[in-house]
Amino acid sequence: MAVDTMAGGTTDVPTVPTIVLVGHGMVGQRFLEALADRGVTERARVVVLCEEPRAAYDRVHLTSYFSGTTPDGLALAEDGFMEKHGIELRLGDPALTVDRAARTVTARSGLTFGYDTLVLATGSFPFVPPVPGKDTEGCFVYRTIEDLLAIEEYAATGGTGTVVGGGLLGLEAAGALKGLGLDTHVVEFAPRLMPVQIDEGGGEALRRTIEEMGVTVHTGVGTQAIVAGEDGRVAAMSLSDGSTLTTGLVVFSAGVRPRDQLARECGLPVGERGGIVVDEQCRTEDEAVYAIGECALASDGRVYGLVAPGYEMAETAAKAIAGDAGSFKGADLSTKLKLLGVDVASFGDAHGATPGCLDVLYSDSRSGVYKKLVVSREGVLLGGILVGDADSYGMLRPMTGSVPPVPPERLVLPAGAGGPVELGPSSLPDTAVICSCHNVTKGAILGAVTEHSCTTVPQLKKCTKAGTGCGSCLKVLGQLLPPAEDKGLCGCFAHTRQELYEIVRALRVTSFAALLDSHGREAARGGEGCEVCKPAVASVIASLAPSIGAPVHVLDGGQAALQDTNDHFLANLQRNGSYSIVPRIPGGEITPEKLIVIGEVARDFGLYTKITGGQRIDLFGARVDQLPLIWTRLVDAGFESGHAYGKALRTVKSCVGSTWCRYGVQDSVKMAIGLELRYRGLRSPHKLKSAVSGCARECAEARGKDFGIIATASGWNLYVGGNGGADPRHADLLAQDLSDAELVRLIDRFLMFYIRTADRLERTSAWLERIEGGLEHVRDVVVHDSLGICDELESLMSAHVAGYRDEWADTINDPERLSRFVSFVNAPDVPDPSVRFVEERDQVKPDLDLLAGPVLLAGPTLAIRTLEGTVTA
Amino acid sequence: MTIELLLDDAWFPVCDDALLTPGRGVAALLPDGSQAALFQDRHGALYAIGNRDPFTGAYVLSRGLLGSAAGRAYVASPLLKQRFDLATGTCLDDESVSTASYAVRSQ
Repeated sequence: MAVDTMAGGTTDVPTVPTIVLVGHGMVGQRFLEALADRGVTERARVVVLCEEPRAAYDRVHLTSYFSGTTPDGLALAEDGFMEKHGIELRLGDPALTVDRAARTVTARSGLTFGYDTLVLATGSFPFVPPVPGKDTEGCFVYRTIEDLLAIEEYAATGGTGTVVGGGLLGLEAAGALKGLGLDTHVVEFAPRLMPVQIDEGGGEALRRTIEEMGVTVHTGVGTQAIVAGEDGRVAAMSLSDGSTLTTGLVVFSAGVRPRDQLARECGLPVGERGGIVVDEQCRTEDEAVYAIGECALASDGRVYGLVAPGYEMAETAAKAIAGDAGSFKGADLSTKLKLLGVDVASFGDAHGATPGCLDVLYSDSRSGVYKKLVVSREGVLLGGILVGDADSYGMLRPMTGSVPPVPPERLVLPAGAGGPVELGPSSLPDTAVICSCHNVTKGAILGAVTEHSCTTVPQLKKCTKAGTGCGSCLKVLGQLLPPAEDKGLCGCFAHTRQELYEIVRALRVTSFAALLDSHGREAARGGEGCEVCKPAVASVIASLAPSIGAPVHVLDGGQAALQDTNDHFLANLQRNGSYSIVPRIPGGEITPEKLIVIGEVARDFGLYTKITGGQRIDLFGARVDQLPLIWTRLVDAGFESGHAYGKALRTVKSCVGSTWCRYGVQDSVKMAIGLELRYRGLRSPHKLKSAVSGCARECAEARGKDFGIIATASGWNLYVGGNGGADPRHADLLAQDLSDAELVRLIDRFLMFYIRTADRLERTSAWLERIEGGLEHVRDVVVHDSLGICDELESLMSAHVAGYRDEWADTINDPERLSRFVSFVNAPDVPDPSVRFVEERDQVKPDLDLLAGPVLLAGPTLAIRTLEGTVTA
Repeated sequence: MTIELLLDDAWFPVCDDALLTPGRGVAALLPDGSQAALFQDRHGALYAIGNRDPFTGAYVLSRGLLGSAAGRAYVASPLLKQRFDLATGTCLDDESVSTASYAVRSQ
């Protein structure tokens, strides 16, 4: 039994076997997943010793940091993976020594761990050629996020950066330097770029394209020395052709070497040129010790520096530990990468080493495309090289070893020049490996579609792991899915609301008919639209009205015909055909005089009154023809529309705040009024509610709102995505301790981003749950401006604020609009006899009995006093 | 131009066509005290059905949104959104339910 000895001397005796994994890189993480998949984590203690300060991340896509991916976004393990499987991950605590006799590993922290099984996944280290000056300040390697951050910091002032090495990793590093805005050079000793993967023609195409991007490529020259300046930092490098290259920063990327030192020191055999010797089960000479990934020398005598073979080794070792059969006998070096934006792929026998093989070549220097296929005399596809356009890689690689269904020349020619328009994966056999990183066959993917009902690429990735490695098969995965379900807004539009928003914004479409006829589904063009798309498009046009030149009033132009009855009549339809009216009471603050006016109006028109949950007063029971009369009274007293009828900002509730409350720390009422007046009338995908609390006691219930604000001693905390209703959700904290101005600016951005990207009738809560990246993504966009759209979002909101007009006042001052507010087009002065009321608790309620019969009858009803006099049935 | 509805055997004048908004409806009071909902689509075609929503009893169909599906115009009730074919008055979501329909012309 193994002994788990802690440095402090505490000894405990575990009852389960212990597996210690040394190294938590991509392969290490894959190994842990394979263990978990096989249930090994349930019956064994698993300890992971990781040298880096962060858990496994996607090293292959390190350069995507410069296109906005955060270090966290590169993380490989799902949230909670370690906790779920009881894995003890020790970050920043590398293994220092292994005692194979005692079966213990000692880490840098001083802790010693007993093991039953030890797995070495220590990866490799960048090789730095022994040139003079290689340790000068300003010399870097490029392998970890920490390397990248260090380069970023050093390069902050700009200048020139040079990469030593024009291979795959060197070009990745060059991409990083370019991403940092440096004048970038690449120095490669071989006569062409990427000498291992591609041939001379491919290297030439790659070089031309890369140089057009402003990267200077030097091939056929070696680095002889790094020259330091007077400040001791890198100033230049001297090359083997006698020239000198001025550069302020050097990145060595001249290959990698296996990190096998731990194994060497504990006496495990290693290869002549490095690499821990393992058998087909990835086991070392010591049967309790395995080695996987770049640190291992596989049974075929090779060290694999690619992620796909590493993953295969991880699977193999996990199988062996679980007692399952499996072996790793070697892998092909097929790879597809995007280097500096250029697709480069190489697969199978790329260099034509097979005796008697033939080449099929297509090369177009103008567009930087180079494609070479290697085929046997019998027509079997043996391998190939693709530069500039590697879209067909996902199809060609699985075909390797078979005779393609069309002549090889058609596989390399561009579409339209005799090439197949699209050779779909239907031509592949079920045994073809689609994802070579995870060894997933076409049959397995189709099985996931039929048996596990996968309908999207993300579901396929989760279910089969296909596409989670290098990602080169994602296109084929998409093609293997059944046709996507229709995401269109309705039967009239195949676009989503978000897409329609972008169309309306970009093309400045101001009429529904124009949008339907230009962008509707073929069959719906020239039609009327429907009850789904008309209000949705009306809302989009209203949200953008000031900036696309559409009328601001919702009843102007063609807009009137699009509105739901509530927006059309600027009031809320109730069950008997009468309407309710809600004047705006910003922040819930109201003077006694205004309260009296509301009371008088309700009394004079015989309206039922109720206090709403949003701190205002709802007046029920108005006939269509009474609406303008009621509004006139309210507008004269200083009220305006509260937009209770619209998918728009409703209320901003508040507590009394620091003015009155002994606990309050900020003036919540003032802030609530300011926000309500700023966003009043803003049309959005769904209603918007808000609240401001003056202290952490949260009396305004701000976290139940779409955007809620809670005062702190030093400012405001902004929460977003809350709602009450059938599926309540607490709002999430978006930003803390904001000044008044910061708060308003952030809400401006948040609301406009929501309006821009939400689906029809999607509250902020559902939107936050749905959009890719969730709250983090929204924070990146609106706080850190990761999409660079914040200026635009703010200017859209400014246009809204500047263009706001009270819809009630505009209506009562316009005879044409007023003409719609009649019960009957042919009898405008006759009140609708179907809208009657009976009494309950000293107020009115709808007379529903009157509506029950098929024919309108004059039944017994309550006499209602109205301005037009007493009406009796 | 005057819009007329056919009631029994006689054409009943309702209103001037300028009072209609394409894509929306208006309510008309008929001589027997019943109500019709009158619509004009974006191409000018006229339709009239009963104004009473049979599902709720409220006289509101004229305030619904006009739509079309497979070339046929309908109105969606503003209360619970059931759709009624404007040519026949039949509910598209429940064929056992219908409202009146009227022939309509512009003279």
